[in-house]
Amino acid sequence: MKFNLNGKEEFFKESLTVAELINLKGLNPDTVVVEYNRELVKKEQLAGIVLKENDRLEILRFVGGG
Amino acid sequence: MRDILKIGGQEISSRLFLGTGKFSSNRLIPQVVEASGAQVVTVALRRVDLDYEEENIAAYVPKDCILMPNTSGARNAGEAVRIARLARAAGCGNWIKIEVISDNRYLLPDNYETIKATEILAAEGFVVLPYMSPDLMVAKKLAEVGAAAVMPLGAPIGSNRGLKTKELIKILIEEIALPIIVDAGIGRPSEAAEAMEMGAAAVLVNTAVATAGDPVVMASAFGLAVRAGRIACLAGPGETLDYARSSSPLTGFLRD
Repeated sequence: MKFNLNGKEEFFKESLTVAELINLKGLNPDTVVVEYNRELVKKEQLAGIVLKENDRLEILRFVGGG
Repeated sequence: MRDILKIGGQEISSRLFLGTGKFSSNRLIPQVVEASGAQVVTVALRRVDLDYEEENIAAYVPKDCILMPNTSGARNAGEAVRIARLARAAGCGNWIKIEVISDNRYLLPDNYETIKATEILAAEGFVVLPYMSPDLMVAKKLAEVGAAAVMPLGAPIGSNRGLKTKELIKILIEEIALPIIVDAGIGRPSEAAEAMEMGAAAVLVNTAVATAGDPVVMASAFGLAVRAGRIACLAGPGETLDYARSSSPLTGFLRD
């Protein structure tokens, strides 16, 4: 299964939820903002979204800025 | 002296807004915010770098500050609106600094796209503070579409060159009823004080503090300069003359 994560293609053999992906990447779900196919995802929804072929996922966070 | 700046229904007593970019360590941020006295602090939203562990900047901003995300990285109004909505949904409150830039050399804002983004976001209940090139007609339009303040640049972002656009900013201060917040370019506390003396409602400083030899001490200097400039503005500076006028009496001299 191929999907787009932060502008790059990712491949996974097994099915995977967004929550599992975040965990796999070593990220803390409390400190990131997730956009799934251009829709903002609330933290409690992360475990219910199973990634599909060609999905677009953005995982964002606040950084220093002026 | 109680001197409060009101923006978006919030009362702000410090007229120094502080950016959080370019610091050598996020650990400096709480110290810098405290030393400056700033109550409004800006952050940016970016893709997580999956190959490199990063810290969450929000954890370093004192809880009683107003967090103002910017839309840096946006090249048009649509991208700015998307970033603003994500930031608000992420629990960042409803303040947003609009920054729409497609010029990579001078990082000058696109005033036209900025007006479009401001109109959309103000209608959605955001407290919108647009970063803009100082142009009176654009500032009037921003006020008309619902901006909460107007943020003209003093000089290009990160340049530390000071108030190069001073004469144009003066016109905005005279003609626009909204708070005018000088953003970008201020490099020294004396320049921040000058902006405040001119009647700016506040200044936003980042690079000048972050790249100082001692950012914490420089933050303190900026806090004092902004206060001094504001108090001077309220006091009303005396007139300037082309020739001397004696301060001591011109009578009773000890001579024949």
